[in-house]
Amino acid sequence: MLEYIQKIRELAKAALKDNGVEGVIGFRKGTVPLMNEPYLIKKPEDIDRLVWDSHCGINLTNYLTGRKGRLGIIAKGCDSRNIVTHIIENKISRDQLYIIGVPCKGMVDRHQISALFRDEIQDAKENNGRIIVKGSGREESFAKADVLQENCAICMHRNPVIYDVLAGDTVEEQKDVERYEDVRRIEAMTPEERNRFFDELLSGCIRCYACRNACPLCYCPTCFVDESRPQWVGKGQDLVDVKTFHFLRAYHCAGRCTDCGACERSCPVGIKMRILTKKLEKDCLEMFQWEAGLDIEQRPPLDTYKPEDPEDFIK
Amino acid sequence: MELIKIDKKAWAGGLEKLSASYALYGPVKEQHFCNFRALEKGEAPDLSGLNSRLSPKGVVFPQSQVMFTYTVDENQAEHHILQEAGEKASDRAVIGIRPCDAAAFLMVKQNFDTPEFKDPYWLKAYEATVKVGLACNDPCQSCFCTSTGCGPFSETGLDVLLADTGDFFLARALTDRGEHFLKTAGWNQAAEADPLESMKKKAEEKIVSAVSTEHLKDKKTTDLFDAPFWEEVAFACINCGTCTYVCPTCWCFDIQDEVQGKSGVRMRNWDSCMYPLFTLHGSGHNPRDKKPQRVRQRFMHKLKYFVDRYDGGIQCVGCGRCVRLCPVNIDIRTVCELMNNFELSQC
Repeated sequence: MLEYIQKIRELAKAALKDNGVEGVIGFRKGTVPLMNEPYLIKKPEDIDRLVWDSHCGINLTNYLTGRKGRLGIIAKGCDSRNIVTHIIENKISRDQLYIIGVPCKGMVDRHQISALFRDEIQDAKENNGRIIVKGSGREESFAKADVLQENCAICMHRNPVIYDVLAGDTVEEQKDVERYEDVRRIEAMTPEERNRFFDELLSGCIRCYACRNACPLCYCPTCFVDESRPQWVGKGQDLVDVKTFHFLRAYHCAGRCTDCGACERSCPVGIKMRILTKKLEKDCLEMFQWEAGLDIEQRPPLDTYKPEDPEDFIK
Repeated sequence: MELIKIDKKAWAGGLEKLSASYALYGPVKEQHFCNFRALEKGEAPDLSGLNSRLSPKGVVFPQSQVMFTYTVDENQAEHHILQEAGEKASDRAVIGIRPCDAAAFLMVKQNFDTPEFKDPYWLKAYEATVKVGLACNDPCQSCFCTSTGCGPFSETGLDVLLADTGDFFLARALTDRGEHFLKTAGWNQAAEADPLESMKKKAEEKIVSAVSTEHLKDKKTTDLFDAPFWEEVAFACINCGTCTYVCPTCWCFDIQDEVQGKSGVRMRNWDSCMYPLFTLHGSGHNPRDKKPQRVRQRFMHKLKYFVDRYDGGIQCVGCGRCVRLCPVNIDIRTVCELMNNFELSQC
């Protein structure tokens, strides 16, 4: 991953100089270990501020919504799939974009590393597929593969699916990945067990909406939970309202979610809400052989009708 | 007041005695991090870790709080009349508050307890709460409490300060209520030595992060408001409420009526200046409908309006939670430096 950065800087600089883009969306170095900050770079002389490492998990497509003008963007596999979805949904047009694709071997989960390290992380380095973290008087090294974001560990599309230029050779896609083991476990529960599971899953939610706001799919001008005339959902900590938010948000992502993991990554209290979107992803795959964001020519299953669509639900 | 030594073997017994007089609250580890909540019988607060993920402000200012109840059943004599929810704030003790979070209570008090207006819900809970602090021997790298008028051994806002020496706690009562708390627990063994000053010095030396705030007061509000850096500061922001909800000094709330069947409640819930709905007018107009305006509001409030209004420094105790938990790494320390160093000629 680290070796990409020189190439990314070169390509971004060229894009700023010769490609008529007003800025390139990438990352600059974070102020805390294991974090980087999304950054719109506008001047070629600032190019060295761009960084690329295993802490670039934020989905940058979130920053494209409704933008005017021509932009460059650095896109991993998942970002690129969300770019496709954005183009299909008219949130940006292809000719506005100069896409610097970055083949990806996964981003790391900083909360998991912190939990394993059991102490405050004061510094972090990446070397040869290992993440080396330092605390007060102690250093520990983790194999990157062991501390990947869960969605990265089961990712099937590490290479960008749409791009103008690639920052490196494509990487081998993972095969024989068991993507839905956890979903199957929930599916096998009785309704009561499942309800209890969801209660426990979501009871810690503080309704900060970081999951929603980090998600490139959640671009509604006014989210249903923010509607005040009429108001659909209560604002308190009643679990019914909390669950309504999470369930409905997941449904809104059906057939669109690329499992980029932005929601879980951003949650300040560690809620694993991807289980909801994964169920819908699995349904779309099984019923419509659909994976989101692979082709700008193809309409998503939920806004098309085909005579052969499954209709087993009609009793 | 006298420094008390609490043998860790006497800790559980003391808590047991205390639980007869106080509802005890403390940090409890769930999953990988601690949060403050009411302790169950026999449960000890987890004082081993770093500071809690969420601040303890919720102990006094719950995220969701019912203020009134009412019925809309017109067959009832008192229909449509608000009744005080009357939730009694029982005597409680919060054990393990970090000095930054205790200082935050006093900061928030300036808003909820003014000569003109007194917030009865907040004040009742605040007054019923004995705040038993735990000094930070090992402050986090993202803590900058020493530059916000606070510090790892600060006593501001506390009734008792505890310091962990390894085998035992040292405790100093700072108020009469604190003294009563220690007595109730039966902790009365005088400490042989007083290493607090040297522990404090050691801890303060470990603080590696700082912000400069000395020029904020002299800056013109309109200059800062119109400063050119807000677009860049706000670029990464996703306008979630994480920074405001984890912050011990953010006090904004919204009032809502909720009716189910015939019975209703009037409640208040934390609100966040990061949300567009926060400023949406009844007319449909929204004076802060763009992201950079909302980001600017949060920082201007904390680092300029508050400074001017109360003349006691910034509305931040340097706990570092927003720095650590912002999903996109927007850092108040960076923004504070930008504001503090801003000169108009930069335009």
